[in-house]
Amino acid sequence: MTTSERKREDAEIRKDFPLLSPKTAYLDNSATTQKPRQVLEAVSHYYESENANPLRGLYQLSLKATDSYEQAREAVRAFIHAKSTEEIIFTRNATESLNLVGYSWTADNLKPEDEILITILEHHSNMLPWQQAAKRTGATLKYLECDKTGNITEEDFRRAITPKTKLVCMTHVSNVIGRTNDLKTFARIAHEYGAVFVADGAQSVPHMPVDVQDLDVDFLAFSGHKMLSPMGIGVLYGKKEILDAMQPFLYGGEMIEYVTREGATYAELPHKFEAGTVNAGGAVGLHAAIQYINSIGFDKIQEREDHLTAYAMEKIKEIPEVHILGSDDPKEHHGILTFTVDGVHPHDIAAMMDEDHVDVRAGHHCAQPLLKFLGTMSTARASFSFYNTEEEADRLVDSMKTLRKRMGY
Amino acid sequence: MHNTFYSEILTEHNLHPTHKHELPDANYELEGVNPSCGDDIILKLRVDDGVVKDGAFVGDGCAISQASADMMLDLVIGRPIEEAKRLSEIFLRMIKGKITEEEKEELEEAGALEDISHMPARVKCAVLGWHTMDEIFEDPDKAKKG
Repeated sequence: MTTSERKREDAEIRKDFPLLSPKTAYLDNSATTQKPRQVLEAVSHYYESENANPLRGLYQLSLKATDSYEQAREAVRAFIHAKSTEEIIFTRNATESLNLVGYSWTADNLKPEDEILITILEHHSNMLPWQQAAKRTGATLKYLECDKTGNITEEDFRRAITPKTKLVCMTHVSNVIGRTNDLKTFARIAHEYGAVFVADGAQSVPHMPVDVQDLDVDFLAFSGHKMLSPMGIGVLYGKKEILDAMQPFLYGGEMIEYVTREGATYAELPHKFEAGTVNAGGAVGLHAAIQYINSIGFDKIQEREDHLTAYAMEKIKEIPEVHILGSDDPKEHHGILTFTVDGVHPHDIAAMMDEDHVDVRAGHHCAQPLLKFLGTMSTARASFSFYNTEEEADRLVDSMKTLRKRMGY
Repeated sequence: MHNTFYSEILTEHNLHPTHKHELPDANYELEGVNPSCGDDIILKLRVDDGVVKDGAFVGDGCAISQASADMMLDLVIGRPIEEAKRLSEIFLRMIKGKITEEEKEELEEAGALEDISHMPARVKCAVLGWHTMDEIFEDPDKAKKG
């Protein structure tokens, strides 16, 4: 693609995002993405003309709200290739999805002699629920370590899993290193041992086609807000037979059939896991985001993100004081560049970059054990979305080059 | 070139801190941690007859946390505890954007951190050393060495 073609494409995409402006390079997309007009309009259309409490009213408006909500569920099902909408549970975000499994599944399935296997790459939200589950059930939590580039091989995995392993929890793409785990292989091995496989898709579902049936994972959690949707809507995919056997997570309205003074019978899937009034506006926004992503297409999304990653990495290589965590291969980063600058604390990096209107994340990225394992406590992270541009990558690089001087070196 | 908060006073205290070293004859020491930034310092004080005779810190952190702790020690070494507490109270109030010009002058170089009041994300970095010192004074038994 020529530079002028690329610029035309940049402009075409960026006109859909009201918040993006030439003034600021927003490069914190792994934390949350900006929202296209189409999503914002879908949400306001819902509240302007379809809003009522879904799933309970008998009047037209409530039926309309229910329809919109359930259509969003179908859109999510198709997006991740689940077998049925019963397997799609709306939550607040990936964290809540993982906690749902962390409470409901583990309560009846883990015993003191069992093991939970997770990796050192996990975000705290795919770590703390299992730490807590281990404490509650007496099961042992085991960590699978990666190499310095974030890679976990099939051999590593086979060495770590044992007949006692009942649950394996693993991120699809690391939010720090950007590396993809081969979930299909790991899920197959986990199933050989009779273990249930939980995948954290927060960093993968927004950036690549994900097919839950092909991967054959038992659960997949992801957040809407990292994929162009409003905040407060997320998804838990779970295989029907497993969800059916699980106890509810939250109790209250909308998740019951009959309630007596002594007890209740619970609603069918997926409503059993959606207690209380749901976030229909958020679901409608997620539906619009999926349509938007489909209209751009993952081919183009991946081409643009990979191009920017390679483009930036090539230039960053020339700056001796800047070091990128993980692989040297841009293809192994999925738009995520976590870096350090010799002698400059990450929070100072982010603050000085803010002075240059380049938005990057600094800190531990909710992955303290991983950073400790890699020998650093804190890093800065630039993460690209398909709507970012070469000019923005240049601004990142230009700012990086000035940091040491500005710190008085 | 850049309109920057990172003034020379700040970078100088960060790169060449006067008080960042061990203090073998310290009789009080306390760790202060700012989990959001990963700043982690151990403040060491030698206090005799209610006077801060000497002080130092060790540890790691962002430039703001390190420079602020160094400026604080510049200011409080040689002063009675009550005086150090009073200056700390002024500093913490400065970070909230509520001090007079006279009070700012009393803080000497630490007054250079006044603009932190417009950087809410960095307040914890700037106050780390000061909070740690206050904690020592509030609960000396906890921080007492040996």
